[in-house]
Amino acid sequence: MSAATVATPRGRADRLGPAARAGRLGPAVRAEWTKLRTVAGPAWLLLTAAALTVGLSALAAGAVRCPDVGCGIDATKTALTGFQLGQAVIAVLAVLVVAGEYSTGMMRTTLTAMPGRATMLAAKAAVLAVPVLTVGAVGALGSVLFGRLLLPGRGFTPAHGYRPLSLVDGMTLRAAGGSVLYLALIAMLSLGLAVLIRDSAVAIGVVLGLLYLFPILTTLVTSPSWKRHVQQISPSGAGLAIQNTTNLNNPPLGPWAGLGVLTLWAAGALLLGWLVLRLRDA
Amino acid sequence: MNAYESALPDGRDGFGQLLRAEWTKFRTVRGWVIGAGLCGVLLVLFGLLVAAGTHTSVKDSASGAEHTPSQNEIPPVPRGPGGEAVTDNFYFVHQSLAGNGTVTARVTSLTAVGLGQVGMGGDGNGAADSSSEDGLQPWTKAGLIVKANTTQGSAYAAAMVTGGHGVRMQYNYTGDIAGPAGAVSSSSPRWLRLTRTGDTVTGYSSTDGNTWTTLGTVRLAGLPSTVQVGLFVASPGAQQFDEHFGGTGSSGYPTLATAVFDNVGSSTVDSGWQGRTVGDAQGPAEMTGYTQSGGTFTLKGSGDIAPSVDGAGQGIERTLIGAFAALTVVAVFGVLFITSEYRRGLIRTTFTASPRRGRVLAAKSVVVGAVTFVAGLVGAAIAVPLTSWLLRHNGNRTWPAPWPTDLRIIAGTAALLAVAAVLAVGIGAILRRSAGAVTAVVVLMVLPYILSVSAVLPAAPAEWMLRLTPAAAFAVQQSVQAYAQVNQRYTPPFGFYPLAPWAGFAVLCAWAALALGVAMYRLNRRDA
Repeated sequence: MSAATVATPRGRADRLGPAARAGRLGPAVRAEWTKLRTVAGPAWLLLTAAALTVGLSALAAGAVRCPDVGCGIDATKTALTGFQLGQAVIAVLAVLVVAGEYSTGMMRTTLTAMPGRATMLAAKAAVLAVPVLTVGAVGALGSVLFGRLLLPGRGFTPAHGYRPLSLVDGMTLRAAGGSVLYLALIAMLSLGLAVLIRDSAVAIGVVLGLLYLFPILTTLVTSPSWKRHVQQISPSGAGLAIQNTTNLNNPPLGPWAGLGVLTLWAAGALLLGWLVLRLRDA
Repeated sequence: MNAYESALPDGRDGFGQLLRAEWTKFRTVRGWVIGAGLCGVLLVLFGLLVAAGTHTSVKDSASGAEHTPSQNEIPPVPRGPGGEAVTDNFYFVHQSLAGNGTVTARVTSLTAVGLGQVGMGGDGNGAADSSSEDGLQPWTKAGLIVKANTTQGSAYAAAMVTGGHGVRMQYNYTGDIAGPAGAVSSSSPRWLRLTRTGDTVTGYSSTDGNTWTTLGTVRLAGLPSTVQVGLFVASPGAQQFDEHFGGTGSSGYPTLATAVFDNVGSSTVDSGWQGRTVGDAQGPAEMTGYTQSGGTFTLKGSGDIAPSVDGAGQGIERTLIGAFAALTVVAVFGVLFITSEYRRGLIRTTFTASPRRGRVLAAKSVVVGAVTFVAGLVGAAIAVPLTSWLLRHNGNRTWPAPWPTDLRIIAGTAALLAVAAVLAVGIGAILRRSAGAVTAVVVLMVLPYILSVSAVLPAAPAEWMLRLTPAAAFAVQQSVQAYAQVNQRYTPPFGFYPLAPWAGFAVLCAWAALALGVAMYRLNRRDA
């Protein structure tokens, strides 16, 4: 039997032309969006992330106290404390988007339908980014709102050198907007690592280790040069520098440079993930 | 036709068999064995990483260059009779007392001045900026002392007047008995008396030298027959502590106290009185000393006789800080030990073989807990000597603790990891999802620690977090107790947990028990 006599299945991909097989981003994004939208888990995780972010922020804003002039507390950063917790839930979501498919075997179906590894990964990243940015925005707005309402009652008054938090203020806007981007970058980092590791429990363990062990290391090392370097390479430590609004003269990293470090981490993880996707069987 | 009946004897389903089955599952999956090993390895590696980043350098007085001090340049921390780190610096006017005896004195004045930065830095000329401001500290102390000998850390009992806490009887650094309140002055002097009988010392105080109040009787184990008795004065530095977002700080200056005694009487007048500084003189040495005119003794001294709390967070717990890294691994394999059975469908086989589901969960918890405990113990046994060596190599002081405390911290760290693994099994059985369960365990245990210890949250909410969340268990790693007679900020950023070590550990146990309880309830209600 020669190859010519084998009937080619004529399907939708064929009618769309060769572009679909080569991996056009549009249909891939639609497919990923359908997967994310039609499972209950992601919606709950997103809601939880928003609630925990605002909740912890409100708790911190309600607990902090500025007794006097020059108490040296970064009011904006305190009001945005909740991102320390919200990031964990976002990491779970991002890990599950990939590792969940590996655990059920869905990944093989996905890759059969979208053989372009880069396209599949880009689609997943794009589809994940939109709801995460939304949750980040809700979290940031809620946090700033609670900060605005609660902080003046905790001694953050004009008499002590603090104006009420407002997004009209450039630094507060940068801190709040940067926190939204921070959350999206954490999602990208988690996504890349999940592709690399495939098992959800191990992947989330690694992500949480990266997010939470570096800050502990920062607190514990005493040599100034070590402390600075640990802060500079820590994904969460450097990334959250975007929330700094005081002591900007001599930080280990400027706000945007810090977010840049996290971007490098996320890009590196995605790149490694893509390489592994190409080199390994699903 | 008869129904088929197996010729094999009925299977046994005792708890022992169940344990064996779960142990077989654990030991035959490579990932879990690696996980347990990794738990021990990370405990060591993370500790070494922290130690590698912890340097203390000293300034060479001649060249001004900084260098890492060698082992014998670092003064050892004195240890009290109980093995704990102590501060033992004071001015002592003493004589020998062989056998039993009594010493009596009247204190007519206790004052102190702050010394600015004198004697603390490298420039030795000590421009004695005896600022006229009142340097009297609440725990500035002067009075009578019976001490085994004049080396730092030896056993003692003392009756004293203090700057802000009235008359006290203190002994062996950690003991503190309150006596009559009120400050001392020439118009209201205080009489003090110490009576030594064998190895017991009784303290008395009086306002007129006629009616005496007993302060207390203490037993100093192993007190030699010849002891040093006499007058002393000490004044701790004025310290202010502050916490700010992500860190702590303290600032202060030494103080110099002056105490005036008269009516000094001792039951054994032998060689007369000798004055000397015990320990390192704080402040310029020429400022301490004593003068005697007639029956009046005036003593000037600095320092303190008290337990040292400076080692909080710097003791053996610093070598076991890798527990956080180990915890992340423990959370992963604890959760996987149950959730992977759900994912692969093995749980149905397990429940068919052992239909009593609660016992399956119990067996899993026992196996995971025991394996983690052993891995943690082995890791700790390697981490403690290795990390201590690296810390000393980098010029850091290592703070001693009594051996029961060392043992508690090592065993407590292993037990903390073991119970965290059980908590992970419980949460894994409730959620049946790996990622969510791992996150719950890590966030519940690590985030409260980060938020409170790195002073992201202020002290009050930080303390509540460390009372209520499973992170309370890290209290088993606290090597230094809080003492009311030492001025320090006893908050999480300074290394002090709000709960006692085993009470904090019990909070984690309660969480694990709650998780297992809910998991058992849900296992019996839901299909596998």
